[in-house]
Formats: sequence, C-alpha cells, structure tokens
Amino acid sequence: MPAIAVAGAGGGAVASAAPAPRPAARAWQAWRGLDARLFQILFLGSLLLFGALLRDFALRWEQVALAFAAGLAAQAFWIRALGLRNAGYLSALVTCLGTSILVRADSLWVHPLLAAVAMSSKFAIRIRGKHVFNPANLAVILAIAAVPGAWASPGQWGSDVLIGLWFVCLGVTVTTGAKRLDVAWAFLGAYAALLAARMLILGQPPAVLIHQLSGGALLLFTFFMISDPMTTPNRRAPRLVYAALVAAFAFVWQFLLFETNGPVWGLFLLTPLVPLFDWLWPGAKHAWQGAAPRR
Amino acid sequence: MRITAAAALAALSAAAFAPPAAAFCGFFVGKADASLFNEASQVVMVRDGGKTTLTMLNDYKGALTEFALVVPVPAVLKRDDIRVADKAVFDRIDAYSAPRLAEYYDANPCDRRLYDRMRVESAPRPSAGRSGSQEKALGVEVEARYTVGEYDIVILSASQSDGLETWLVQNGYRIPAGAARALRPYIQQNMKFFVAKVNLKEQAKTGYSYLRPLQFRFESARFMLPVRLGMINAQGPQDLIVYVLSRVGRVESTNYRTVKLPANMELPTFLKQPGEFTRFYRAMFDRQAGREKHSVVFTEYFWDMAWCDPCAANPLTAAELREAGVTWVADDGGRRGPGAQPVVLTRLHVRYTKETFPEDLVLHETKDRENFQTRYVLRHPWQGSVFQCVGALDAYWRYRGSVAEREERAAQQLASLTGWDIADIRRRQSR
Repeated sequence: MPAIAVAGAGGGAVASAAPAPRPAARAWQAWRGLDARLFQILFLGSLLLFGALLRDFALRWEQVALAFAAGLAAQAFWIRALGLRNAGYLSALVTCLGTSILVRADSLWVHPLLAAVAMSSKFAIRIRGKHVFNPANLAVILAIAAVPGAWASPGQWGSDVLIGLWFVCLGVTVTTGAKRLDVAWAFLGAYAALLAARMLILGQPPAVLIHQLSGGALLLFTFFMISDPMTTPNRRAPRLVYAALVAAFAFVWQFLLFETNGPVWGLFLLTPLVPLFDWLWPGAKHAWQGAAPRR
Repeated sequence: MRITAAAALAALSAAAFAPPAAAFCGFFVGKADASLFNEASQVVMVRDGGKTTLTMLNDYKGALTEFALVVPVPAVLKRDDIRVADKAVFDRIDAYSAPRLAEYYDANPCDRRLYDRMRVESAPRPSAGRSGSQEKALGVEVEARYTVGEYDIVILSASQSDGLETWLVQNGYRIPAGAARALRPYIQQNMKFFVAKVNLKEQAKTGYSYLRPLQFRFESARFMLPVRLGMINAQGPQDLIVYVLSRVGRVESTNYRTVKLPANMELPTFLKQPGEFTRFYRAMFDRQAGREKHSVVFTEYFWDMAWCDPCAANPLTAAELREAGVTWVADDGGRRGPGAQPVVLTRLHVRYTKETFPEDLVLHETKDRENFQTRYVLRHPWQGSVFQCVGALDAYWRYRGSVAEREERAAQQLASLTGWDIADIRRRQSR
C-alpha cells in the first residue's frame, strides 16, 4: 500500500491548473490532481466491504475499529512528537485498511498493535529521508512470523477471473495516479513469465496459470503493496530490476521452497535493496500529488 | 424444572454423502467399471514442521486383483516409513469431528428463574459417530519394493511420463487413458511414485474382509495433496475429506478459498427423525458446494484438543493419536485415557471437479485456535399445558408466541440452507 510523504516530503503542491476552457477538461484535471491515496482508500475500503460481506473474511468489526483507532493514534503521536507540518492522515488510513484486509487474528489486540507498529515504522525506520518498509507489508510479516494468534490467508479471495480483472482496473487507476504503474507491471510481468515457464516445463494446462494469476492476493499485492512509490527505488531502471527481483524471489519461495506468501516475503526481505539502489542511482523522491486534505 | 439437555445423534458417515467418484489422491487403477468407484476419499494427514504422515482410507470395492493405488511422493520412502494402520482410527476421528445435531428441551416457561437459565446452553454430547533393463529404456526405476501387510509396494522414479504409463501397464496396473499427461507434472518435479497393489496371499492371512488403510510418512516442505491425479477418470464432482492433525492451529488452503460451513443455527425438530439429519446435511452441503461453484474448501470442524472443558466429544487418546501418526504425544500406555492432548484437528471437506480445481491442493497451518464445529441445534418446546401456568399466564402466552416465532425462523433457515420447499417444511413442522 502506498504510504505517505512525511516530514519534508514537500508534497502537496497541486499542479497548477493551466487555463482550461472546457468543463470536461477541468474535471479531468481536477480528477488527476487528486491525491492517489484518496482512490486507494476508496478502493481498499470497498475491498474490505467486499471481503467482509461476500467473502466471509474471518474478520470482526471490532478488529477493524481498533486497527483504525490505533493506527491513527500512532500517526497523531508521531506528527506531534516530530512537529511535522505536512503530514496528514491519508496514508494512515491506507495502512489501517491494508492491515484489516490482510491480517487475521483470533483476538482483538493484534490488529491495533500491528497498525500502530506499522505506522510507527515509517517514522522510526528511515534511510536518507525515506521510510524503508511498506507499512502493510511489515504488518503482514509480523503477523505471520512473530505475533501469536495472527496469520494471513492468501487464499481468502478465491480465484475468480472476473474479480481479478476488477482488481486490475482499480489498481491501474490508483497506480496511474501514483505514477508508479511501471513497478506493478514489471512485477506482474516477471512473475507471470516465471509461472508460465513452470507451467510449460511441467506440462500443465493453461488453466493452472490462469488460476494462479487470478488469485486476489496476488493482484492486491501487485497494485496496492509493491506499487508503493515511497518504498521502491526512485529511478525507473532500478525500480524495474527491483520488481523483477521480488518476483523471482516470490517464485522461488513459493514453488521451489514450498513456502507460503511468496510475494509478501519477497518484498519484505528485498526491502534493503531500495536504499542501496537509491544510493547507487540517485533520483528524485516521489511526492504525493494532489489536493490532499492536510491537517 | 429441569433442563434436559443435549442428546445428539448425527449419524453421518463421511462416506455417506458423496456421489460415486473415481478416485483418490492418486488413483485407483483397474477396469473402469462401477465396482471400482469409491465414494468420498478420506485422508488423515499429520503435519509437524516439515514432517508429513498420510493415512489413506481404502473404501475400494472392486476385485482385489484389480486394485492399485498410485500416489506421488516427494522422496523415496523407506520400509520403516510405510505401515498399515487400524481402520478404527478413521472411525474415531470421523465420529469426533462429524457434523452434529444438538438437542435442547425448553423448561417450564412459567418458572421464571429456570426459564432464564434455560438459555444457557450446556455442552451437547456429540453424535455417536459412525459416524531392470526394460525399465531403464522406459526411464522408470524401481527405487524400492516392500510388502507391507496386505500390500505389495513399489517406489518408482521416472524420467518420462509415457515410460511410466507403459511400465504400469506392462506390470499389470490398468491405467486410465490420459494418465501420462497427469503424471508428467510430478515427474518434472522429480517426485517419486508410491504404487501399491494387493498381495492376495498376505491379504488372506490378515483375515480382514476389507483393505486396511495405508500409512506412510516423509519429510518435505511440501504441504499438499495431489488431488489432480485422482481426477483422470473422474466424472463430475468428487468428495475428499481431509483430517489434519497438527500442533499449532487451524489448517486452510493457500490456493483455494477455505470457507466455514454455515452452522450453529436452530433447525426444525423433525430433523431428529431417523435419516433426516443425513438427508439435511447432504442437501445443505450440495447447495453450499454448488453455490461456491465447487471451487472452495469447506471447514467442517476445527478443535483444539489441548483445551477441552467440557469436551464436545471424547477426544482421541494418546494411543489413537499415535496410531494416526502423531509422534509428539507421549505413549502413556492408555493410562491417561481420553483427555486433553497438544493436538489440533482440522476437518476439511472438498467437493471438486476437474475444471474447478486445476491445481493440487496446497495447505498451510495458521495460528488460529478458535474452535469451530458444524453443529445444528434442535430446541424442543415445553410440552406442559396452560393449566401448569395458572398464575403466570402472561409468561405462558409470551412463551407460546416466542416458540411460534423461532419455529418459523428455523423453517426459513432450513429452506435457505437446503433449498427445500418452505411450505413442505412448515407442513412437517406442524405435524
């Protein structure tokens, strides 16, 4: 989930509207000028509702409410503690939604804890002015690997091609707004190529590939997690390489080592490459565009 | 007033509700006549870290000479890794985890103190469940041969799927058409094949009229069931029930949705009549599976045997668990008897088709320890008369009203779960 531009990110400047005679063009510009995170919130929110209502996610509303309370409180704490002016609450909302959608627990304390830790990681773990971990990614990894009574259910979305396409549409909008479409497609392309190669080598029918690619978890990861502009390399070429490396790792993890949650682990374990790539190939850091409401 | 609680009956054998189907994980090979069709396949899977023990129930009904079983396995199994298990293990685990009915009897509604208490559910008793050279040319290598109980077992490795198919045919296993294609993905992954047929002499010695379950264990990170192989000659949907015994928590699929069956609701009391609950469960499962387009894994039961107070059923004893392949419970010689064990049991029920399950079933263990059972409640109304309520008539009429309401709710519930005609249900209720 794309996260936030905090302290000194300098984001928030709306591209100044050139004279726009026609209302349609004006509306389009206004649309493009909106903060991409607003779309993310809208889409993740609808995914959460979809999951809770139609996919019987093992999720309780109290868990969602507590995750939001704790995530937003953590954000407020850091904003005050660090005296930040430009930081808002949009990315905190994105993180809380992501945590609710991806983490499962049999108690009430896990979601708020992870939401708060994930938010705090953005302020506490930073290299060269950029936070290191995608907060939702960190939350899922902690749930899988560290927190008792918590887990992730990669199969929870089912594999329905129609749903898959729906996700892609949502994701494309968000990532286009975020101008980081390339990383999502590079990841998806590389991962799909590896899966296709596996299918051909094993002599499996195409139905296997379709099934693997239409899983909701993969598409959610592609368009809402790895596409986070704040936790991917700043320059395009290293960004594409990074995406391909995550895809390769995910493939090996899942299909050669037979572990679960390949993409999520790949993103987490390869995160240190991002500051390295940024150091080797410096570039301008992403700034969220748009008329985001600021506190 | 007394609370007569809980008696339950669910007589529901796992095998009772599958349409005839062709196979197992792996497949029975033989003449393609109806006699070799098996019903729901049942597997007990014990998972502990990277160690897996699989026990497969053979409900094979054809001629013993025709029986053969082929299962892809990740490694060459040693003699010690293979044994025949006691069929009673399946009966016990099935009984312990089967979908169940619980009955409650309403108390006298005019006795307020007890009427309030009546809503506190006591734990229902569970259902009494019955609840050489040529081989080289073919690219096939016999890695090992064992006779275990009534089975002759060979472990094969192969480099070409056509060769493996030919080898099996030449050695008297009847392979369904299309086997080579289904075998290829396993060969490409360098998996071995566990191939069993019945040794008639040994079988006669056992004195059993049935084939005992085969059990084998291996170490591998793979936590999966090769269901695809069983679909070669499958017509229509097949049922598979997997009992997973593990240490940490509920087991679910990573590549298919895992869904809990609708449960814990009140249903009309006529389901108590003989055969009705089985009929209900079959209809309900058919409907749910159809609604999900045969593309999900259903959780029928999850229970933490370490926490059991009160127990929904007698949990398995240490000896029974060890028979099923659980190695981490101490063999206490039966001293402890039934009681809490550090084992969790997940019962998964899959109805799949060739089209809706293009990939083998991959599983993972979550840290979820929230117990779940497919349990349905029957609440019998109080049978007393209005004369027992003189002095508390308001309570009596309120009670009658609430009974009518909940019976209607139960009827609608049943209709929506099974697709049965609501008018029929109401008619049966009023009888």
